[in-house]
Amino acid sequence: MFDFLQGYDVLGAFWMTVKLTLLSAVGSLVWGTLLAAMRVSPVPLMRGFGTAYVNIVRNIPLTVIIVFTSLGLADIFGVTMGASDDFKAQGFRLALLGLVAYHAAFVCEAVRSGINTVPVGQAEAARAIGLNFSQSLRLVVLPQAFRAVIAPLANVLIALTKNTTVAAAIGVAEAASLMKQMIENEAQTIAVGAVFALGFVVLTLPTGLLLGRLGKRLAVKR
Amino acid sequence: MTEVSTAEKDVVRPSELVVLKSVNKHFGALHVLQDIDLTIARGEVVVVIGPSGSGKSTLCRTINRLETIDSGTIAIDGSPLPQEGRALARLRADVGMVFQSFNLFAHKTVLENVMLGQLKVRKADRRAAEEKARSLLDRVGVGTQADKYPAQLSGGQQQRVAIARALAMDPKVMLFDEPTSALDPEMINEVLEVMQQLARDGMTMIVVTHEMGFARSAANRVVFMADGRIVEEAAPDRFFSNPRSDRAKDFLSKILHH
Repeated sequence: MFDFLQGYDVLGAFWMTVKLTLLSAVGSLVWGTLLAAMRVSPVPLMRGFGTAYVNIVRNIPLTVIIVFTSLGLADIFGVTMGASDDFKAQGFRLALLGLVAYHAAFVCEAVRSGINTVPVGQAEAARAIGLNFSQSLRLVVLPQAFRAVIAPLANVLIALTKNTTVAAAIGVAEAASLMKQMIENEAQTIAVGAVFALGFVVLTLPTGLLLGRLGKRLAVKR
Repeated sequence: MTEVSTAEKDVVRPSELVVLKSVNKHFGALHVLQDIDLTIARGEVVVVIGPSGSGKSTLCRTINRLETIDSGTIAIDGSPLPQEGRALARLRADVGMVFQSFNLFAHKTVLENVMLGQLKVRKADRRAAEEKARSLLDRVGVGTQADKYPAQLSGGQQQRVAIARALAMDPKVMLFDEPTSALDPEMINEVLEVMQQLARDGMTMIVVTHEMGFARSAANRVVFMADGRIVEEAAPDRFFSNPRSDRAKDFLSKILHH
């Protein structure tokens, strides 16, 4: 019944998806948190940059961003991400860059809404004992903000997992590109689709459940 | 005790610890602080009272620049209040602040609350910081709660932890912004007792409060504010028994006789 799977490295393709997901999750969490810090900083230039970045990047389709990294950054500006000869590695890294740039905007807004749940008095008390802006943010505000937004961050992570399929557009051999290839070669198109759909559910369902539970457990009691 | 003589002003280490000169502040159209002149001597306990909306809390918050001012000067221990940045953070470490809503760090234990400033601002060694935190918590009577989270404590306990947190920085002056206003009546005394002990130990204190009993027993001077101005300043005995201004008489008649 599952003959159509023979000769294809489905697990390998999903492994590529997982690698893309995990690395860009870490990247967008870091960059998104930095963007959120900029958006609440007392320096107007940083606030302006953060706001402009989020509003521009989250409104461009991911496909455009990913294709731009390849056709724009790599082909026109010569950004090869340290892999000018190895096209596989270059595509992977460019896709990673695009995914991080795009999802950081969403992480930023989730984190910023978390910051808004932390009472103003917490930051005031932090400043009152002599902590500077970055210490107040790192030691007092962000730890409480993150606990409040674990569920929305899980949403971003799930979206990110599925959005890695866009990397197929620049030739990264992840799950969706293998699916396209199999659909072209095999007769059981519905079965092929189902296998890949199931694969993604297997990846994302535990993420949502686990992080949802974590969010409840870590909630700050006031 | 209450007045600073002119001779003392010439001493190298000024006896005036906090000096506000013609301070003005607006919240939009509202002129919350109008030409405030106030000098607080080292070791002095000044209680600020007045009707709500008179600018008492704002005044208190301008002293460590949690509120900025529009004009005038504020100096602490001889140096003017810095703008934002490192220097301001350093100054705030020297000015203890106790809030109406306690504002203990909700994600940290009581002990960690009292240690944080010592570790990150004073760069104290962890052992020394913990030792000091525990002794301060004992001093305010919540030593046994050290490992709990703020939400597990009563309001009175939380406020005493907040006082310990401020004291851990060895502040030159302590600001109290209505420290008992959010407390259940039976918890007010435990906080006032800690404050009274602090006053007896010689801490310089600026206390915004509605606790007239505390003002009478612990204050060196009462500052009465109304509509953004300092209307009257006097020793507590004189102020409560014989207020000079009509505004103060009116205020006292409303709160003392019912």
